[in-house]
Amino acid sequence: MLITCPYCGPRDVIEFTYQGDANRTRPDPASTDQAAWNVYTYDRVNTLGDHAEYWQHSGGCRSHLKLVRSTLTHAISSTAFVRDHGEKKSASRRKPGAAT
Amino acid sequence: MSPRRANAPGRVDRSRSIRFSFDGKIYTGHPGDTLASALMTNGVTLFGRSFKYHRPRGVMTAGVDEPNALVTLIRGEIREPNLPTTLVEIYEGLEAVSQNRFPSLSFDVGAVNQLGGKLLGAGFYYKTFMGPVIGPLKGTRFWMFCEHFIRRAAGLGRAGTAKDTARYERMNAFCDVLVVGSGPAGLKAAREAAGDGGRVILLEMDSLLGGSARWSGGRIEGAEAAHWVDETVSGLRELPNVRTLTRTTAWGYYDGNTIAATERVADHKRDAAKGEPRQRHWVVRAKKVVLATGAFERPIVFPGNDRPGVMLASAAARYANDFGVLPGERIAVFANNDSAYANAALLRDAGATIVAIVDVRAAISDEARRLASQCGGDLLTGHAVVATEGGKGLTGFKVQKFDAATNSLSGDARVISADLLAVSGGWSPAIHLASQAGAGKAEWDATLQAFLPPKPAQDWTAVGTAAGDFSGGHGLDIAPAPVFEIKAAGKAFVDLQHDVTADDVRLAHREGFISVEHLKRYTTLGMATDQGKTSNVPGLAIMAEALGKPIPEVGTTRFRAPFSPVSIGAIGAERIGDLRPDRLTPMHDWHVEQGAKMYPAGLWHRPAIYGAPGETVEQAYIRETKATRSAAGIVDVSTLGKIMVQGPDAAEFLDRVYTNLFSTLPVNKARYGLMLREDGIAYDDGTTWRLAEHDFLMTTTTANAGKVMQNLEYFLDVYWPELKVTLTSVTDEWAGASIAGPRAREILAACVTGTAVDTETLPFMGIVRGEVAGVPVMICRLSFSGELAYEVYSGAGHGQQVWDALIEAGQPFGMVPYGLEALGTMRIEKGHVTGAEIDGRTTARDLYLDWMLSKKKPFIGAAMMDREGLVDENRIRLVGLVSLDGRPLNGGAHLVEHNDPAALRDSIGHITAVCFSPSLGKYIGLALVKGGKKRHGTRAYVSDPLRGRFGPVEIVSHHMFDPEGKRMHG
Repeated sequence: MLITCPYCGPRDVIEFTYQGDANRTRPDPASTDQAAWNVYTYDRVNTLGDHAEYWQHSGGCRSHLKLVRSTLTHAISSTAFVRDHGEKKSASRRKPGAAT
Repeated sequence: MSPRRANAPGRVDRSRSIRFSFDGKIYTGHPGDTLASALMTNGVTLFGRSFKYHRPRGVMTAGVDEPNALVTLIRGEIREPNLPTTLVEIYEGLEAVSQNRFPSLSFDVGAVNQLGGKLLGAGFYYKTFMGPVIGPLKGTRFWMFCEHFIRRAAGLGRAGTAKDTARYERMNAFCDVLVVGSGPAGLKAAREAAGDGGRVILLEMDSLLGGSARWSGGRIEGAEAAHWVDETVSGLRELPNVRTLTRTTAWGYYDGNTIAATERVADHKRDAAKGEPRQRHWVVRAKKVVLATGAFERPIVFPGNDRPGVMLASAAARYANDFGVLPGERIAVFANNDSAYANAALLRDAGATIVAIVDVRAAISDEARRLASQCGGDLLTGHAVVATEGGKGLTGFKVQKFDAATNSLSGDARVISADLLAVSGGWSPAIHLASQAGAGKAEWDATLQAFLPPKPAQDWTAVGTAAGDFSGGHGLDIAPAPVFEIKAAGKAFVDLQHDVTADDVRLAHREGFISVEHLKRYTTLGMATDQGKTSNVPGLAIMAEALGKPIPEVGTTRFRAPFSPVSIGAIGAERIGDLRPDRLTPMHDWHVEQGAKMYPAGLWHRPAIYGAPGETVEQAYIRETKATRSAAGIVDVSTLGKIMVQGPDAAEFLDRVYTNLFSTLPVNKARYGLMLREDGIAYDDGTTWRLAEHDFLMTTTTANAGKVMQNLEYFLDVYWPELKVTLTSVTDEWAGASIAGPRAREILAACVTGTAVDTETLPFMGIVRGEVAGVPVMICRLSFSGELAYEVYSGAGHGQQVWDALIEAGQPFGMVPYGLEALGTMRIEKGHVTGAEIDGRTTARDLYLDWMLSKKKPFIGAAMMDREGLVDENRIRLVGLVSLDGRPLNGGAHLVEHNDPAALRDSIGHITAVCFSPSLGKYIGLALVKGGKKRHGTRAYVSDPLRGRFGPVEIVSHHMFDPEGKRMHG
């Protein structure tokens, strides 16, 4: 499986660490609603098809990426930084092969 | 045994000879021979004994689909079992032995199993050996009695026990077009792709490019096929953008259009050339893949179809024309399609006599009829083979009239004498790779009576016979009559390698195994090393008939990687042995020079003890602990995880991460911090130093450094992008030395310049900057040992220099270096927790760290840690233990309320850490026990049946030494 890091370009999956399901919503940090925290912490949808998830380019730029990956084919239909890096990782500084 | 040479030598170079041995006997072959062709030339027909019934078996195919003729190759101490002789290229001195026979191949005791055919049917082992004992010869106990004999009798080759000394390599490659298979379709695809200017890689399993076109005659693009192959291949070889790899099997199709292939670089040589690996594992990423994998000829299932001398028609023709050996002199053909007629003609041209052609069809094409008359011999249409005769080789077979429409036999059996029966039951495209990378199931083609590739799920196309296009061959319509099995008396084999008969398939159906997956598991059909290349479709057809359904409704199983067996060594390639990096602190060499016994802590190596000569480990750590508690000790703490947390929101970030407050921490002060996981369980602890308003140095435990860093990055990127914080791992940038003990302050005062170190300037948890031996250092007064202690940090490059100066300054005060054992002893005495207690199951409350749980702010895990099950007072919680029988305790041992080694009781907890406490003069430990504090002052018992340790302990507070902390605050 190849993941195209928006900064580093296409890299083998071994450079990345799976960081979990990106479909869940973290409750307000001050919330003491245990049911909501329970859903966030434990409940997962076992999606057949496109699945939004976080991957960290841990063996590269260490950015967290949000991917949409098909659980059927591993085809990745979308890749983006989770965090808006603004000008810091601007196009001019990106490495060859990186998506624009 | 006279050599059975064909008219032309084919690929074999008869001018040179190669000597090799098979079952200890020396034979001669020639360059170009496979073990199968060379033995055949020498008149050998018997190659092995079958899996279950020990029936004699010969060569059935000429390639990777071979189910029968498997051998073990021996190179020195190395044995490699289950290699098809059809793929093994001979080399000088090759040593092969046959398999699954005792005491010898021609006289095999196990052949008596043939008499017990009914007993050894599908599911025999389950029915006989599983479940309760009913009667004397049933059940699991009976199995245990029989296992030794069965294991010896069943199965294929025996794996070697010697270490594989061969070298393997891994190659990554990239290309625009990858072509798998170099038959005419593959060569054309490669030529076309090369013409477009892209990078092309062409993989071929065989040692030569061209596939069957090299020997099967016919014309391609107006030229003789063999000539066309030569021209096309030399044209491709001249192109710089084409790479051809022979002896390379593509066996796996993975995500991202990645193909895994194994190149057999030196298997065909006696000695690998200098620097040459035995095999090379290729990982090829291709923009586009062309599957020109060809097709496999299928056998027909009929009684006695496993006798040596029954061979696929295309294989027989290939031996005669490609390897220059006649697999038989008096050859008969049995077919359900026209392709066999072309192969019969090829056999005749090579010098064999065709005695008969038996065809299940009543009517055949004019072209087939023409070829038959050209071959001579009887043409028996509307007939079928019903039995074979012979021992170690075929002598003849019986035919009867056959009606293909009703699949019924009639009339008297007639015997035909022949030494080879060339069978063709139709053709199955080699859709293995396509199936691995296919969307949905393989598609049944009623005309070809075969499965075609499924729709692609990745970027590939199938071409040539792999796609079901047989027009490029000998121009014959290869569509077969839908006849897969001739039902007559006797064992008719579907899967020859696993000895699965047609009756086994029907038995499975009768017993309710009606899905194709269940059929496969119950009968083991197609599960041998050949993965059912010859048996897949016939097996399905027989199952479909039993079910009364058409074949496509029965369906097929998806093919999985690998296409053919792969050496594990090749996949591992150079990645063998311990591949973990070693992490060494700047003072590592010093520790080793001082006689430290190094101990692995994750990837790090840390001194366990600095043993004096003749000292035991226990004596050493007791001495080190005593010296530290009475004077001073120094320990290397460079391995602690260190993360710079910087930015205007750094304090806010730490408040969210740690359970306690850090925004209130003054500059130049440190604080002990605890992190929880999202689920409220304790995660990691350490001190964090505020170096400036927006500048924190966080330390983590040695073991968790990487994980904590990743977790912090996750929260920052995913949930708190608004925080202006930067995280930098600086573990390797700093060298750390901790000096502990009542004389620690005096030692520092003796060597630190540029700052005072008195209590006023450097209070508990204070930070100062100064110099040691001219090197800038940062000193924080904090303690893990419970003593007055200081951590001295310097740049890693100066670590040894600072360490030397500290050692020298400590000399007059009796300071000793101490290791992990003494460190652990002092922390156990103090009741400080580490990973043994923060074990992923305990909460902050379990560890009596409630005081660190801030109520002023939310933090990670704040809500979840209050869940009902986590606040229960009766959870296992941290306590101290004192051994009451004067014997050491064992980590991991359970604790019980009643001492009774004979009757094991319910555990009330377990021991997490143990040591001899020099300060208390007793064996002590830390434990997690139900109720924790409530049990202080009570007695419990160690119950450790595994190590035979039972005995009384007293449960005490985990603060076993200096509970008020006078020493470290002093």
